[in-house]
Amino acid sequence: MASQAVPKDHVTVRTDPIPAGEAVVTLENLSLWYGDFQALHDVSLTVPKNQVTALIGASGCGKSTLLRCVNRMNDLVPSVRVEGQLSYEGVNLYDGAVDPVEVRRRVGMVFQKPNPFPKSVYENVAFGPRLHGYAGDMDALVEKSLKGAALWDEVQDKLKQSGLGLSGGQQQRLCIARAMATDPDVILMDEPTSALDPIATDRIEELIHEIKKDYTVIIVTHNMQQAGRVSDRTAFMHLGVLIEEGPTEQIFTNPQHEMTERYISGRFG
Amino acid sequence: MTQNAKTLARAAGLHKSGTRNVGERVIGIVLFLAASVSIVTTAAVILALSAETISFFADPAVSIVEFLTAREWTPLFPESQRYFGISPLVIGTLMVTFVALIVGLPLGLGSAIYLSEFANPQTRRSVMSVLEVLAGIPTVVLGYFALFFVTPILRDIVPGLNLFNPLSAGLVMGFMILPTISSISVDSMQAVPRALREAAYGLGASKHEVVAKVVVPAALSGIVASFILAMSRAIGETMIVTLAAGQKPTFTFDLRETIATMTSFIVQAAKGDQPAGSLASQSLYAVGATLFLMTFALNLVSQQIVQRFGERYE
Repeated sequence: MASQAVPKDHVTVRTDPIPAGEAVVTLENLSLWYGDFQALHDVSLTVPKNQVTALIGASGCGKSTLLRCVNRMNDLVPSVRVEGQLSYEGVNLYDGAVDPVEVRRRVGMVFQKPNPFPKSVYENVAFGPRLHGYAGDMDALVEKSLKGAALWDEVQDKLKQSGLGLSGGQQQRLCIARAMATDPDVILMDEPTSALDPIATDRIEELIHEIKKDYTVIIVTHNMQQAGRVSDRTAFMHLGVLIEEGPTEQIFTNPQHEMTERYISGRFG
Repeated sequence: MTQNAKTLARAAGLHKSGTRNVGERVIGIVLFLAASVSIVTTAAVILALSAETISFFADPAVSIVEFLTAREWTPLFPESQRYFGISPLVIGTLMVTFVALIVGLPLGLGSAIYLSEFANPQTRRSVMSVLEVLAGIPTVVLGYFALFFVTPILRDIVPGLNLFNPLSAGLVMGFMILPTISSISVDSMQAVPRALREAAYGLGASKHEVVAKVVVPAALSGIVASFILAMSRAIGETMIVTLAAGQKPTFTFDLRETIATMTSFIVQAAKGDQPAGSLASQSLYAVGATLFLMTFALNLVSQQIVQRFGERYE
C-alpha cells in the first residue's frame, strides 16, 4: 500500500486555482533528474503572495527537491538536470542569464536541522547583509531581524555568544532571523521543526503565522497537523508527481483525489 | 553477591564468565603498556637531554649569557678559539624555516582549498596520491635535489648566491612540508558539515565566499594545526639543510650566505668523534635541548591559537 503507482497521465487536481496576478512563484511543467532518476514529473504549481503553501507527501515524494528548485539549491548537486519553467516575478529562474547567487538573496531558506554558523548570534544574523555589502545600521538590522523571528527578548544579552550555545528551538529561530536579515521575498522552510520538541515547534508555527504578512512562505512538512495549522494552501505530492493542490481546509476536509484522501487519513505514507 | 544470586544468575545463563573477564583485563593491560611506551620514551629523552645540558652549563668554560648572546658557535675548535653562542644556529634554522613557510603555507593551503572545495572527487584522489608520493620522498634525496638542481638554477637568478645557502634548502623544504599542510587541511575542511555550507549558499553566498567565510574559519583549528606541524618538521628537518645549506655557523640574515642550523650542527658533531662527556659532545645536547624547547613552545602556542580563534561546530 505504501508506494502506489501514479498513472502516467495524471493531471493535478486543483481547487480554487490562484489567478496569475497573485502569484510570486509559478512552476510550469517542472521536471528534474538526478542522473537518470527522474525525481519530479511535470509539476505545475502557483504560489500566492503573502500566504503559506505547504508541500506534503511521503518520504521520497520529491517535496524537498521541489522546494530546493525555488532557490536553485539543487544546483549544488552534481548531475542535476531541470526542464520546464520556474518563474519568480515573471523571470524564469532557470534561464541561463539568471545568477543563482542573486536568486538566493531573494529566496531565503530554513533547513531541517538548525544550522547556525559557529559564530556569535550577532554575526549569524549579520552574515547575509555583510555578504551583500549592507551599508545601513547593522545593529538595527540585527535587532529588527531577531525581533522578527521572536528571538530578541531571549538573546539580546547574548549577542556576542556563540549561536551554537542556544537551544534547538532558539537556533532554528536564529536561522529564520538570519534568513530574514537579507530581506528576501520568499522564505523556504524544509521541515523546520522536525528536529524540535513540541513547545519549540509551537513557537515556530506561531512565527510562521506572523511572518506571512511580510513574506511568502513555502514549507515542506512531514507533519500533516502542522500543514493543517500553518498553511493557507497545501500541495500533495507522490513519487515526484503533484497529485492535488488547493486551499488547506479543502485538502484536509474534502480531498478530491483518492490518493490525497488516503494519505491525509494516514492510510499510507 | 549472595550464593543465591549466583545460583540464579547461573541458572539464567547471566553469570560472569571467568575466561572473558581475564581476557578483558589482559587486553586492557597490553594496550596500556603500548600507550605508556610513548610517555616513557618522551620522559627518557627529556631526562637524557637535560642531564647532559646541565653538565654543559655547569662547565666553567660555558656561561648561559654567552650561550644566549655570543655571535659565534665554534665548540669543536681548540679551546683558545672556542665560542658557545647559539644564535648563529638558531638564526640559521629560523631562516630556512622562514623560507620553507613562505613557500609551503600558501601553496599548501591553496592546494588544500582547491582539493577540498573545487576539485571533483576524481581529481582530488589523483592529486592526493601524488602528494603522498611527494611526502614519501626521503629528505636526503630532497637535499641532493636542492644542492644539484635548485641551487644551480637559483645561482643564475640570485647574484652572489653561495653553493650552500638557506634559500635553496628552504625552498625545497617548502615542498617537503606542502603535503603535510594540505592533507591535514583537506581533512579538516572536508569535516565541515554540509549543513553549514548550505546555510551560506542559502543566504546568497558565492562559492569563494562560502570557502572564505564559512569553511576556512570552521576548519581553522585543523589548518593551524597543520601549519604548526609543518613548522615543527621544518625546524627539526636535518638532511636537506645539512646537504644544501652548509655547515658553517654564521651570524647573518643574508639568505645567500652559507650557514648552519641546529640540526646540521648536531649531524656534524655526532659524526665526528667527540669523546663522550667532553664539552664538544655536551654542546650537542645543549643544541638538542634548545631545539626541543622551540618545538615544545610552538605546540603550546598552537594550542592557544586554536582555542582562541577556532570556531567549534558540533
